[in-house]
Amino acid sequence: MEYSKSKLTALVLLRLAIGWHFLFEGMVKVLNPSWSSKAYLLDSGGFLKGFFEWMAHNTTILPVVDFMNAWGLTVVGFSLITGLFSRYASLVGIILLGLYYLSHPAYPGIDYLFPSDGSYFIINKTLVELFALYVIYSFPSDQFVGLERCWKYIKTPR
Amino acid sequence: MNSENPENDKLKFSRRDVLAGLVSLPVLGVIGYGLMKHHESKKKLGSGLIRNIKPIIPAGIPSLVEGKTINIGMVGCGGRGGYLMKALGFVHPDRIDEFTEKANNNKYWADYLKEFNAQENLNIKITAICDVFEKNARRAIEIGANAFRNGKEGKMETAPKRYLRYHDLVAAPEVDAVIIATPDHLHVPIALEAARHGKHVYCEKPLSWTVAETFEIRNTVKETGIVFQLGHQGRQTESYQAAKSLIDQNVAGKISLIEVCTNRNDPNGAWVYDIDPEGNPDTIDWKQFIGPAPWHEFSLERFFRWRCWWDYSTGLSGDLFTHEYDALNQILKLGIPHSAMASGGIYFYKDGRTVPDVLNMTFEYPDRDLTLLYSATLSSEKNRGKVIMGHDAYIELNDTLIVNLDPKSTQYKEEIEKGILKPHEPIYSYVPGQGKIDAITTPTEKYFAGRGLLYTYRDGKAVDTTHLHLREWLNCIRLHDGTKPSCHIDQAFEEAITAHMGSISYLEGRRTYWDEVNEKII
Repeated sequence: MEYSKSKLTALVLLRLAIGWHFLFEGMVKVLNPSWSSKAYLLDSGGFLKGFFEWMAHNTTILPVVDFMNAWGLTVVGFSLITGLFSRYASLVGIILLGLYYLSHPAYPGIDYLFPSDGSYFIINKTLVELFALYVIYSFPSDQFVGLERCWKYIKTPR
Repeated sequence: MNSENPENDKLKFSRRDVLAGLVSLPVLGVIGYGLMKHHESKKKLGSGLIRNIKPIIPAGIPSLVEGKTINIGMVGCGGRGGYLMKALGFVHPDRIDEFTEKANNNKYWADYLKEFNAQENLNIKITAICDVFEKNARRAIEIGANAFRNGKEGKMETAPKRYLRYHDLVAAPEVDAVIIATPDHLHVPIALEAARHGKHVYCEKPLSWTVAETFEIRNTVKETGIVFQLGHQGRQTESYQAAKSLIDQNVAGKISLIEVCTNRNDPNGAWVYDIDPEGNPDTIDWKQFIGPAPWHEFSLERFFRWRCWWDYSTGLSGDLFTHEYDALNQILKLGIPHSAMASGGIYFYKDGRTVPDVLNMTFEYPDRDLTLLYSATLSSEKNRGKVIMGHDAYIELNDTLIVNLDPKSTQYKEEIEKGILKPHEPIYSYVPGQGKIDAITTPTEKYFAGRGLLYTYRDGKAVDTTHLHLREWLNCIRLHDGTKPSCHIDQAFEEAITAHMGSISYLEGRRTYWDEVNEKII
């Protein structure tokens, strides 16, 4: 797949921006030992509310959810920024964002304790970021700008 | 963007490749810097305070003292009496069936049932009951028999004996201890007789209906040595205990004003309870209900909505202010105020009641340099909370606790100037069940701190404070070594005198004073 300079710039910038967002969110959680997703999960709405609340109440599941979430965000962010395996990372990111969206869907009539920063109907920023990751997944750029370019060289038999 | 000859890509690794491969790495550095800054500011906020403060957090549920089964006699088995029996582990079998059915498709009821079943067995028996209303008495017998928390089809224990007169119940040999959940005007007469028969007493709040009987019950409890607990279950609220430990360490600075409020806005909250269709002169022992109150012809309204009349009630002051007062007496050891001034009126519920539905009372504590302000309405739900105002911080109390910094604080001046503490922002929060006091550092924490969300759900272990309060009383009975429950008779005395000072001030339109030397309201 070939891109014009402008297209490649756009794709790389998008990849870096999302990676930045993921990595920072992830690292903040990793570095804060008392962080937990419990409050967020308990605030869930929509048709999967019960499922997320169950996770929050389950003392075995909750630490796993916390770990996967904090490190998932971190690893996806790192991958997107460095441009190494970012297609896989995009998929993982899509799953994470999908779960966030399902726990706090932007449906009319659902009120959350944590106030929204805008007015949304079905589409909110989580979903926009999710679709942006789908773009990253569909238009890979690692092989042009990213560690994968070096990786490819290392892997190539000489 | 590929090189001209694709084959070369595989063989050569140009400078251009290196650049394109590593170009995004500086971003990691920037994020690292951001993280460092984030971490630093987080560490800075709150850390200066937390270091020097050693809050005492209640260490879970105290264990049950072992001993023989205690036989309980219930006097008053209506709404509150029913709730107390539930807190003891006794619920009507019909209701168990109802909970179980609802629990099948409703998480709230599933949790409710789970919580009730998880409540520890207190090793008691309800052996006697007394209620002047037939229906309540009948149901209480069935509740008392349900020692195994079963539905209708389940196994039952021997049913408690029904006494028509409380005088006989408190004298009965099969009763070790009496729980009083009657209208206010009957609290002391029943408690007095029970104490004189050597029966331990758990009495609903407020302690008394008149000033004179307040002295009488205090003396009798002391003379007889029975274990007395007044039903202010707020004594078991974790956040009050945590607040006490913070205030003892001067976190708030000099406290000059405390504001407590009642805000309700529905007929039930204004004591306009439903009139039971089974109620009539044949099913209600009206004479026993009247007791020491002035005689009045039979009235269903007065019977079911007794809180609306001074004849049986202590109004807002005795019924609702006392909750607030007792919380503060627990935290600050306020004692009886030097003076009280009250005003208000019947402004919304013009239904024939004699007690006010709007009441404002100020209590002065010149020795402590502070005023306690109570403001209540039964026709607005605007919740104004419970606020302890200190020079350095103000404390908002609920089930949760938030300490907010005052920007003009002297104690924290240096920290504010250095940017370690931010003016107007909360510096501590306490959420029960978490077992720690946090320095608030993130927007999410700030948002959730005051809303009690985590409390409501605390791992399904939300414990009924009324259960804990009864348990404390039972523990003291079993210890039998002079250990007093937290809301013992001296605390109860202070509660009642303070409430009476407010009520008298309202009724007589004057300021009332407490003569400490002669123990008299003047």
